[in-house]
Amino acid sequence: MYDSPALEASVDQKETKIAAKDVQVHYGDTHAIKDVSIDIPAKTVTAFIGPSGCGKSTFLRCLNRMNDTIDICRVTGDILLDGEDIYDKRVDPVQLRAKVGMVFQKPNPFPKSIYDNIAYGPRIHGLARTKADLDVIVEKSLRRGAIWDEVKDRLHAPGTGLSGGQQQRLCIARAVATEPEVLLMDEPCSALDPIATAQVEELIDELRHKFAVVIVTHSMQQAARVSQKTAFFHLGNLVEFGDTGQIFTNPQDPRTESYITGRIG
Amino acid sequence: MPATWPVSWLVLILLGLSVIGYFLGRQRALASAGGDSRLLHSLPNFYGMNVLLSALIPSAVVLGAWVLIQPMVINSAVSSAIPAEVIAEGSSRDLVMSDVKRVAEGLEIARESGAVTLAEIRALDATQTDIRALLAEVGVALGSDVQPAILKAAQDYRAMSITGSNAMMIIVLLIAIVGFGRSYARTHHEYRARNIVERAVLALLIGAASLAILTTVGIVLSMLFETVNFFGLHDWKDFFFGTVWAPNFRGDSELAIFPLLWGTLYISVVALFVAVPIGLFAAIYLSEYASKAVRGFAKPLLEILAGIPTIVYGLFALVTFGPFLLRMFGDGGVLGVNWMTDARSVATAGIVMGIMLIPFVSSLSDDIINAVPQSLRDGSYGLGATKSETIRQVVLPAALPGIVGAILLAASRAIGETMIVVLGAGAIARLSTNPLDALTTITTRIVSQLTGDGDFASPETLVAFALGLTLFVLTLGLNVLALYIVRKYREQYE
Repeated sequence: MYDSPALEASVDQKETKIAAKDVQVHYGDTHAIKDVSIDIPAKTVTAFIGPSGCGKSTFLRCLNRMNDTIDICRVTGDILLDGEDIYDKRVDPVQLRAKVGMVFQKPNPFPKSIYDNIAYGPRIHGLARTKADLDVIVEKSLRRGAIWDEVKDRLHAPGTGLSGGQQQRLCIARAVATEPEVLLMDEPCSALDPIATAQVEELIDELRHKFAVVIVTHSMQQAARVSQKTAFFHLGNLVEFGDTGQIFTNPQDPRTESYITGRIG
Repeated sequence: MPATWPVSWLVLILLGLSVIGYFLGRQRALASAGGDSRLLHSLPNFYGMNVLLSALIPSAVVLGAWVLIQPMVINSAVSSAIPAEVIAEGSSRDLVMSDVKRVAEGLEIARESGAVTLAEIRALDATQTDIRALLAEVGVALGSDVQPAILKAAQDYRAMSITGSNAMMIIVLLIAIVGFGRSYARTHHEYRARNIVERAVLALLIGAASLAILTTVGIVLSMLFETVNFFGLHDWKDFFFGTVWAPNFRGDSELAIFPLLWGTLYISVVALFVAVPIGLFAAIYLSEYASKAVRGFAKPLLEILAGIPTIVYGLFALVTFGPFLLRMFGDGGVLGVNWMTDARSVATAGIVMGIMLIPFVSSLSDDIINAVPQSLRDGSYGLGATKSETIRQVVLPAALPGIVGAILLAASRAIGETMIVVLGAGAIARLSTNPLDALTTITTRIVSQLTGDGDFASPETLVAFALGLTLFVLTLGLNVLALYIVRKYREQYE
């Protein structure tokens, strides 16, 4: 289900959270991202779709400099977060990642208790002055992750003992706990069953009231259900970017049309 | 014809027979399929292998068993036939038996060199011939004149050996020929030779696996028997609960394990205090921080350390590190204190042993740290954690059970280590807490109790087996615990 055209028009008015301009990414000799320019709006869910290997995950990982941990990866071009270049030498990638949180394809709870999983980020960044503060943050984050009711009685049980869907919501709650401004999600539902997927999608819709959410997905239905803006990537190029409704009903580029009608991918 | 063929001839004949069997079996299979290998159930080589194995394996097994068992049977038969009065005061049946074997061997050598004939050997009489002189001529020196009973036993011994060997020859060859013939006769294009050969391969694999296990069981049993002997001669309460180690070959020894166990554990703990932090830090650097080039260069270099024989570490402790410590802490030393009187000490052996264990700890920990899924690191980085926060709070806790397992494995090596402590720790069994004092360990004492020329039936010698068994139980326990922990950890990420 996606919003009506009237609502989408208002989406366009929202301020730009992340502005990428002429971004190029090289993995060794491979030119993975070619000349991508995109404006990601605040308080909106933006979906990146495209066939496997099209570079959508790579581009997502540029937005919080996760690619820095890969030696052979080289990023050029400008990516501005609130008007500041995140690849500027003065920017500490660690600080940046606190502002731009990330949720991964496979749920990856730390081998710690549920409580400590959530408290990990706030503790590192010194967000809580007292234990009571931390308790409040943990509860708030778990509620935002729509998992509080399921785990409130076993906060000190290991996070790895939860089911896959619960683990993924725990990871989302963990990412939310550091109060990020942007939340990047790399195929967050690909390891989940349909019920858990529905729960996570509902959660994503909630999250957009507070954060800019960018989600990479393989499922076009999912992109249509949760996002207001959609970007279609193909072979490292950003082919088309626009309102989700328009991309799915009236694509401008023949490649987008081929992809959403199932002819390439 | 010689009285017996050497076993090596028999082995050669068996090998020859099987190789011939291989080619004949292969040929017969092909012939039964009219020369078209596509009509065969198995590839032609399997038919050859089938005949080869049928000829070789059963006969070789019987041959091996016979070679092992025959001397035992003959020994006990001849030995029980020796009259008790021949056994001199202070001697034993075993010593007399070794005389008997020597005389029997001497007679065989004399016969081969042509000094006597077969008939003469059978007719020899100790009262008429000087056997000692006769054998001395052919180069076999005996300690005393040969008594008639011993000559009689030697003649029996020789006769039985020859009969046994001839019987073995015939039976083994018969088995080989029957095996050959049966499998050759069965060779036919529908015969499932491949299945048979593969079952033989399976048997080979099972044999190899059980050999290792049986050897361990054998080692434990042999130690157990000697330990039981020891406790028959020495009070077990003194061994386990006494506090003094004072072996004394006049008897009345005090043989308590406690001072040795103390030395062993003390030195091991010192070694672990050196090896664990250094090894762990090295592993963290290599697995998390080092670039590919540095890692590719440093890791093998570190592992070379593991390939140095421990005796070389022992020499290092003895000639370099011990004297260095003495210059630091000894009388008139650099620090102006007099805490150390001998270059051999707990610290000398412990620190050098710690250096030996560094690659052990670092290599195992490195593998374990690398096994922590990258997704956990990504998750931590994605929350804005730095590399060191990620390592301390996510990677190490995740790897901890495995690292504990690695440390326990290192501890069991430290406890069982011998050469470094023999050369570096000294030989004084006492209950000292000063790390600069010389102490001794279980392994050192095992070496010294067994390398003297003590009587092998005295408690002072047999205590070595009790010590060895205790050590074995100790390290086995640690290994089991370590493997249990490591395995439990592995399940978490599968």
